[in-house]
Amino acid sequence: MEEIIISTLQRAMVAGTPLLLATTGEIICERSGILNLGVEGVMALGAVTAFIVTMTTGSPWLGVLAALAAGMVISVIHAFTSVTLQANQVVSGLALTMLGLGLAGMVGKPYVGKPLTIKMEDITIPVLSDIPYIGKALFSQSPFFFMAVGLALVSWFFLQRTRLGIQIRSTGENPKATETQGVNVFLIRYMSVIIGGGFSALAGAHLSISYSKSWIEGMTAGRGWIAIALTIFALWNPGRAIWAAFLFGGIFVAQYLMQPLGISPNFLAMLPYIATLLILVLISLKDPRKLNAPAMLAAPYKRGER
Amino acid sequence: MIRLSYTDRYQITRLRTLVTNIFSLAAGLVVISIIFLIAGVNPLFAISEIFQGSFGSMYGFKETITKAIPLILIGAGLTLAFRAKFWNIGAEGQMLMGAIFSTWTGLTFGDALPGFAIIPLMFAAGFLGGALWGIIPAILKIRYAINEVISTLMLNYICAHILTMLIVGPWRGATRFGFPGTDNLPDAAILSVIPGSRIHYITLILALACAAILTLAIYKTRFGYEARVVGENPDAGKYAGINFFKTTLILMAVSGGLAGLAGVGEVAGIHHYLGYPASVSSGYGFTAIIVAWLAKLNPLYTVISGIFFAGILVGGDAIQISLGLPAATVEIVNGTLLIFLIMGDYFLHNKITVSFSRT
Repeated sequence: MEEIIISTLQRAMVAGTPLLLATTGEIICERSGILNLGVEGVMALGAVTAFIVTMTTGSPWLGVLAALAAGMVISVIHAFTSVTLQANQVVSGLALTMLGLGLAGMVGKPYVGKPLTIKMEDITIPVLSDIPYIGKALFSQSPFFFMAVGLALVSWFFLQRTRLGIQIRSTGENPKATETQGVNVFLIRYMSVIIGGGFSALAGAHLSISYSKSWIEGMTAGRGWIAIALTIFALWNPGRAIWAAFLFGGIFVAQYLMQPLGISPNFLAMLPYIATLLILVLISLKDPRKLNAPAMLAAPYKRGER
Repeated sequence: MIRLSYTDRYQITRLRTLVTNIFSLAAGLVVISIIFLIAGVNPLFAISEIFQGSFGSMYGFKETITKAIPLILIGAGLTLAFRAKFWNIGAEGQMLMGAIFSTWTGLTFGDALPGFAIIPLMFAAGFLGGALWGIIPAILKIRYAINEVISTLMLNYICAHILTMLIVGPWRGATRFGFPGTDNLPDAAILSVIPGSRIHYITLILALACAAILTLAIYKTRFGYEARVVGENPDAGKYAGINFFKTTLILMAVSGGLAGLAGVGEVAGIHHYLGYPASVSSGYGFTAIIVAWLAKLNPLYTVISGIFFAGILVGGDAIQISLGLPAATVEIVNGTLLIFLIMGDYFLHNKITVSFSRT
């Protein structure tokens, strides 16, 4: 029994890691007022980039950096259409997803099904990892896990306590007033979209070089979309995103735990998606006003307009 | 010094829209060419292969029309939802639900009823399936303030798994020798095709009729007006006493229902049985989003844009074989064209003047 609890917890953490990375990125982006539905595509592109670079150079960290760069570069497209051209952000994000998935499929075709032999060593924190039950799950994990939790905490601090973070948030609430304070709203939004894209790509890198150590088309399996839902679930707060993501990681793992009980695997595979909807309903039932979405989310901002 | 100034363009003529669209698509093709070039493929050859494959031969053209059927149906339905700013990304799931409902109807009553009775019944069942799957996100949005992009997407995944669960489980046909999939539909439940092609013309006629009726509904009826107000000016709508819940429910029932009809066509016209989700729909629900956008949310124009994007799907298949490109190529083409179409919108709505001045 003890072993089951430990392995379940550990696997929930692993499954939650990419969700946390992508959710944190999307939170930063949406806080600035830009809705980015391109997460799924950017994640796939990050996954394929990390995989190819790791395989050819032998260094997983170069792979991570390359994924980060790829995610940031492709997100410029969404920043350009939604900030500069004030285009419809829903459609632009969808286009980014299509493009990302397409590019990932094209670039990654020769690599489909090839196993990655290079391993990323787990980081084990001495003493803490010896705590019964939770020690191994929380303190002996892949570097991505620590990166995800660390980035979420840093992002929380950044958004709540730093000057730039507050500028990002006020841009999402009231770009006009923010601009009269001498803040470059366009620059802030560009930056937030690009950072968000980088985080999504890191989530992809985790999938391909740490989680499954292979690349296959469609491996992101809707995680990017779940991250967008988790952004709402976390009420645009990276701190809340931490437990939201790992709760969802747990739901992903529950699929495998319940399989021996004779429940249809297809039914179990539905769980994360059903849970997403149920949780959104629960939040709304509790108090819809507490949603506290950025006031100007997805509203294009035009300079000099009243 | 060169100065650019931007002013709003208030009058947008049809000609300007057309020219802007053509320029956007052309600019998109240039970027796609660059991507092809990087991938080591001669872009001129690849692009001419795409259009040769889809419009260049009788066989290709017939395939293009076949694939245009679901795109027109779904795309027309999406124009209605998008006009009300209801971002229905769930047409894929609504289409599959239509396929599930109609397969059940066909398998259950197909032996007992003649063709002229069973086929309308199957279309009705398909519409119902798609409509039911479409109104779930409408209820979630109006009653629980849940973002429809998320809910429609989650429902896509849920529906795909329901379908798979059915075909590997209770619905698995005895004639499939253990492979997933239902038995073939009875002969009476199968749509006839134009000889020498796969064009199931009943669905084609239905698609054209739906596009025409929907155009009339949007521009000439009270409901169409209300749907537009819900999207463009919700505050004014509230003062005018528009029932948001009812309007959203109806428009999503129609949008989902049309996607459901597309599902009927694919099952009863092409495959003749219910197989894996990926075989029922090759992403029509997503491609139709671009179809609706290129049609500038006018259902009638989805006939043209539907045929155009069906051509890209067919041509994409052709270059996969002749140039060895992966299936994802079509997604690159679609994504890039969509990005350029929304970029074009900017130039449609803003007048940019370049002036030279000495400083």
